[in-house]
Amino acid sequence: MMFERATEAPMHAYQRQLNAGVLAYQHSPSANRAVFYPRLVCPFSGSDQLEWRASAGRGTVHAVTYLYPRDEPAYNVVLVDVDEGFRMMSRVLTPEGVAGDSVKIGDRVRVRIVHTEGKDSVPFFEPEGGAA
Amino acid sequence: MSAAQTLKRGGVAIVGAAESDLGEVAPGMTPVDLMAQATCRALADCGLTLADVDGVFASGVQTRMASVALTEYLRLKPRYQDSSFNGGSVFETMVGHAAAAIQLGLCSVAVIAYGSTQRSVSGGLVGIRGYDPLITPFGPRMPIGAYALAASRHMHEFGTTREHLAEVAVAARQWALLNPVAWEKKPLTVQDVLSSRMVSHPFTLRDCCLVTDGGGAVVLVSAERARSLPKPPAYVLGIGDAVGQLEIHSMDDLTTTCAVQSGQRAFEMARLTPKDVDVVELYDAFTINTILFLEDLGFVPKGEGGRFVSEGRIAPGGELPVNTNGGGLSYGHPGMYGLQLLIEAVRQVRGECGVRQVRDCHVAVAHGNGGTLSSQSTVILGSAHAL
Repeated sequence: MMFERATEAPMHAYQRQLNAGVLAYQHSPSANRAVFYPRLVCPFSGSDQLEWRASAGRGTVHAVTYLYPRDEPAYNVVLVDVDEGFRMMSRVLTPEGVAGDSVKIGDRVRVRIVHTEGKDSVPFFEPEGGAA
Repeated sequence: MSAAQTLKRGGVAIVGAAESDLGEVAPGMTPVDLMAQATCRALADCGLTLADVDGVFASGVQTRMASVALTEYLRLKPRYQDSSFNGGSVFETMVGHAAAAIQLGLCSVAVIAYGSTQRSVSGGLVGIRGYDPLITPFGPRMPIGAYALAASRHMHEFGTTREHLAEVAVAARQWALLNPVAWEKKPLTVQDVLSSRMVSHPFTLRDCCLVTDGGGAVVLVSAERARSLPKPPAYVLGIGDAVGQLEIHSMDDLTTTCAVQSGQRAFEMARLTPKDVDVVELYDAFTINTILFLEDLGFVPKGEGGRFVSEGRIAPGGELPVNTNGGGLSYGHPGMYGLQLLIEAVRQVRGECGVRQVRDCHVAVAHGNGGTLSSQSTVILGSAHAL
């Protein structure tokens, strides 16, 4: 049966897996491609038969901006093309003292899911060689 | 069936256009105050009255049920109304809605109105974005972060430079210096833009639109009726709407917006090409916008926008006059800028722009953008000469 009553909201399932340390994404067998952000229906095929998969968490910086808030350190915001075929927003964590502009389009990065006690986990990234 | 097949080219016209109070308005003014003020000014501009209005179109970030609010305020009696919301391009979208409604006989005198007190309420303006786990934790300060990300790709793919971006802001300022109601009144150089405070790389403060109060209204009637009114009609020659993604992380190609489709649809209906256009009004929330839309609407090839805007080509005296009121960058940006584009396009087509008037101006493009390069709507207006 298609389009049955959902037992868990897609974004809830995504966040639950993140909180367990997994960057999860959906795979659509009917379209044979990744679907991101999480949703009930594959936008490429219209099917609701979506499978959860765990990403290896490796990707390439697709676009980057560096924000300069007043009286606070600058930071970057990036779009990452994750190797499994989806794009997401994140931030590349660089060691303190390294300017936000050290991140470049084309840089290889890997996910670093940051857990904060009592809060939902957040999928940041770091340079593939580690936050040197 | 496309608009080109169903809507009559030149079948309706914008006959009245007016701004509300602009810049920083009197304390306590509401967005609906400004909508109503602009509506009455636009009706006076075309010799019509509130009693003539039977189509009400209004939108705004601050105004819930905007067409209903405006109807109540002015005690209008609409037969047709619309409070659509697809971001700052909604007023170009509404030109299409109003044109269709008039052509179908659903209304005969349509007002499209907007008002915003964004500057006056500054910190008090409630953001329309809630918490989004896919965006909020990363702090992109939307909308600026989205446009900056797109700019980073444009620079990466096409060699566009910060100097190119700055040229857009400089040209806008040169036009603003010719517009008595523009907010910014000081000359601006490329160096001023580059050395201004960095906000979201590659944008400095001067790559970003202003935050002002403001609003406006336009009045549409059938072409037939337009010819009996006092001022020259700005005929609606073409309209085109397109929607891409809501959020920047879902945009397939960050350097190509769906203005490609909205522009093609509008030009097809108008049976014109970019070469026929005398003046271009583009939604310049950020300097990259002008470059993207010049490319996507077909005025320059993809990737050439940065080089094209240099050497004053879009400034006063340049080969393609763009954003002749000073744009969102220097004239004013009341949160949703789309209605101001229409007002300037109408005035240029009518020849009412004084020292900034583009000579022999018969065809104008007003191109609206909503959200974060999300929704695009193109309107082509023409004088009787262009019919």
